Amino acid sequence: MSRFDWLSEYLAELEDEHIMVHSGNARVLAPAHLMIIDPEDWAKAATVARNMGLRWAGIWGDEEDDDIVISAVLVNQGDYVVLRTAVLADDPEIASHTPIYPGADRLERHLSDMLGVRFTGHPDGRRWTRHRAWGEDEHPLHHGFPVEGRPPARTPADADYPFPPIQGSGVYEIPVGPVHAGIIEPGHFRFQAAGEPILRMEERLGYVHKGIEKIAVGRDAEGLARLAGRISGDSTVAHAWAACQALERASGIKPPMRASIIRGILSERERVANHLGDIGAICNDVGFAFAQMQCQALRETWQRRSAELTGHRLMMDTVVPGGVTINLDADAIATLRADHARLREQIRPLFDILDDLPSLEDRLLTTGYLSPESARELGASGYVGKASGQAIDLRADGLYAPYTRLQFNIALSEAGDVAARMAIRQEEVHNSLNLMDEMLGMLERQTDQEDIRCELPEAPGGEGLGLIDGWRGEIITYVRLDAQGRVARFFARDPSWFTWPALERIVMGNIVPDFPVCNKSVNGSYSGHDL
Amino acid sequence: MVDFLNPTGWALALLQTLLFAAGAPLLVAWVKRIKSRLQNRRGPSLLQPYRDLHKLFGKEAVMAHTASPVFRAAPYIVFGATLIAASVIPMLAVELPTAAIADVIVLVGFLALARFFLALAGMDVGTSFGGMGSSREMLISALAEPAMLMAVFTLTMSAHSTNLSSVIEHVLNSGLLLRPSFLFALLGLLLVAVAETGRIPVDNPATHLELTMVHEAMILEYSGRHLALMEWAAQIKLMLYGVLLANIFLPWGIASTLSAGSLLTGLIAIVVKLALLGVILAVSETVVAKMRLFRVPAFLNLAFMLSLLGMLSHVILEVGA
Repeated sequence: MSRFDWLSEYLAELEDEHIMVHSGNARVLAPAHLMIIDPEDWAKAATVARNMGLRWAGIWGDEEDDDIVISAVLVNQGDYVVLRTAVLADDPEIASHTPIYPGADRLERHLSDMLGVRFTGHPDGRRWTRHRAWGEDEHPLHHGFPVEGRPPARTPADADYPFPPIQGSGVYEIPVGPVHAGIIEPGHFRFQAAGEPILRMEERLGYVHKGIEKIAVGRDAEGLARLAGRISGDSTVAHAWAACQALERASGIKPPMRASIIRGILSERERVANHLGDIGAICNDVGFAFAQMQCQALRETWQRRSAELTGHRLMMDTVVPGGVTINLDADAIATLRADHARLREQIRPLFDILDDLPSLEDRLLTTGYLSPESARELGASGYVGKASGQAIDLRADGLYAPYTRLQFNIALSEAGDVAARMAIRQEEVHNSLNLMDEMLGMLERQTDQEDIRCELPEAPGGEGLGLIDGWRGEIITYVRLDAQGRVARFFARDPSWFTWPALERIVMGNIVPDFPVCNKSVNGSYSGHDL
Repeated sequence: MVDFLNPTGWALALLQTLLFAAGAPLLVAWVKRIKSRLQNRRGPSLLQPYRDLHKLFGKEAVMAHTASPVFRAAPYIVFGATLIAASVIPMLAVELPTAAIADVIVLVGFLALARFFLALAGMDVGTSFGGMGSSREMLISALAEPAMLMAVFTLTMSAHSTNLSSVIEHVLNSGLLLRPSFLFALLGLLLVAVAETGRIPVDNPATHLELTMVHEAMILEYSGRHLALMEWAAQIKLMLYGVLLANIFLPWGIASTLSAGSLLTGLIAIVVKLALLGVILAVSETVVAKMRLFRVPAFLNLAFMLSLLGMLSHVILEVGA
């Protein structure tokens, strides 16, 4: 099957709906296909896409002169299409995609908050990212808005955020957070429960908004990569890679193959570390502390090796525009190979216990079910999607080096419960270990062992799309550079944008004390989502 | 017969109660230590619970604005009632002057009093976690109490007395007999003890997850000395169940005279028994995950069924034999 063989069908369907595609361009945002349409056709184009089974994967706005340029991403069979249109900055109004794609809900509200775009037909008019430190009519991403904001002397309490009430005898509300008992990030959860069964749960996020999109503007490439590495600490490699990939595509360069392979190894290391941590945390949430202690120890040893190799436990600032900062010599390769073999030995007995401990099965099987339909509707990627039958994996699609040369089977399940999400992680740990071994072999076979970084050209302008499969799932990063080569617009779409709403569906029908384990099995990023 | 005017007896009863209060944190630390070892880690020092209590007693007690006098008084009542309940149980010696009130019904009553105020305190401030904890605690105790009473009645029927001292003496006098009724009652009481002391698989004493808590949720709003008393009471309760199980079913070693030698034997015996029970608890907590809240009734129904079987086997097999 060749790339984009479905695109002509989509174009034909659009034509049937009398939707004008002004220009199709396969180069500007390669490997994605850019299509510019009229704002009036915005919703219709999405309807056609949905009817063809395309996945909706993100939206962002970009203020350019008097226009706000809005781009939405659609995906089919690993091929990316960016729909683009422009609305007037004075009166930015466009049809919402949310009635067609429910996963679009919060991203559209985020765009509304940040740039003041009004989405007609959006079912939910409430603020999302913008908490009360901003005024009603202030939209922080406008060029005129100061970076430091205009915070009031005393920020009003966010008490008026209207959660839809549920009435009935014995129904009560449990507000949880934003400050939690454990060492986790802030986020508010509002439960409506009758006794122990949860009737409805709604999230209120945005407490870790850092203004990433705003402070990215004006940075140079290196500065942007550093910033991207701090979007979500546990995904620092993946986000930095996505940003660098976007920058490199915008500048029209390709990093050396050795750099791509090392990036691949670092990103798989990140995946293994986080999956091990998550597996332990899921077990701990059902009172099986033994597994957590073992997983933590494994993860700690793993991260100490990362610190030895890169100078940082999470491997921050190792992926830089044009390449990577560290090389792996023969010694390092041998050490890593031994590490991989040892970890395989260590996880075998542990995973055996996890696989057939009855009391654990009793807690995890059938708990927190996400149907494949829901996962598809929301566009959940990563282990959440894979556990519910969504085979979304950019590595397997061979979208970027070094995965273009690697083969593996996507871990996949239809079960959709907490146990499945844990099993997917276990399988991915095995996959990653195999992939890393293969990549180490690729490094050894290379003729030029030193070429790990190339220079970015001065002042290139242009735009680029970064598409990386992080450990949480698909990351889409958009970068536009101005004429001086500085960042004019940066947007990073973490997979958590779709897994947080999935969590709201997952907990339905479960009991209140099972929420923590459901939450841990999804483990959305607060920071990556709040930006 | 017990000499109620014997000052040594009273002194010993007091000493035994103090030992209870002083030893309870050590038992908790012991269980934690064994658990840590089973999880391949070193774990905190055996003195850590004492340090924690010392720290909490030195801290300011913060009160919610909505707290009523019940909230303020509850830690003292809970601690007092638990300690009195503990003083009722023969730990080192039988035949102490407290034996007169060493009645299982009294014991269950004091524990119920402590629990009642604990649950009230949980609801008092009006936070949703406290209320949730109280509601779960009541669900558990409503099912655990009948099972416990049934197990205890099995024993008292054998001994023809609800007095703990008499029960223990009866067991001692009848020698090592394999009685099915005792075996069933022991199993039933073990399950009840796990549920009542908030251990895995019913409750997780180490959790930080508010939504899953039972006991911890009720004391979430406490701080300073109030929290210290609540924690201490919980530790005493664990030891209370340990001593109860150890001394009723395996009373050998307990002092039946008040001589120094037999008291020392009694002390060593109970320390060994509790240490063994601690190991059993730690192992069982390591190898199973916590069960889903809605499975707890089934767990306690099992406890009730076991106790009931104990009672039935007593009536069928042992009466008149």
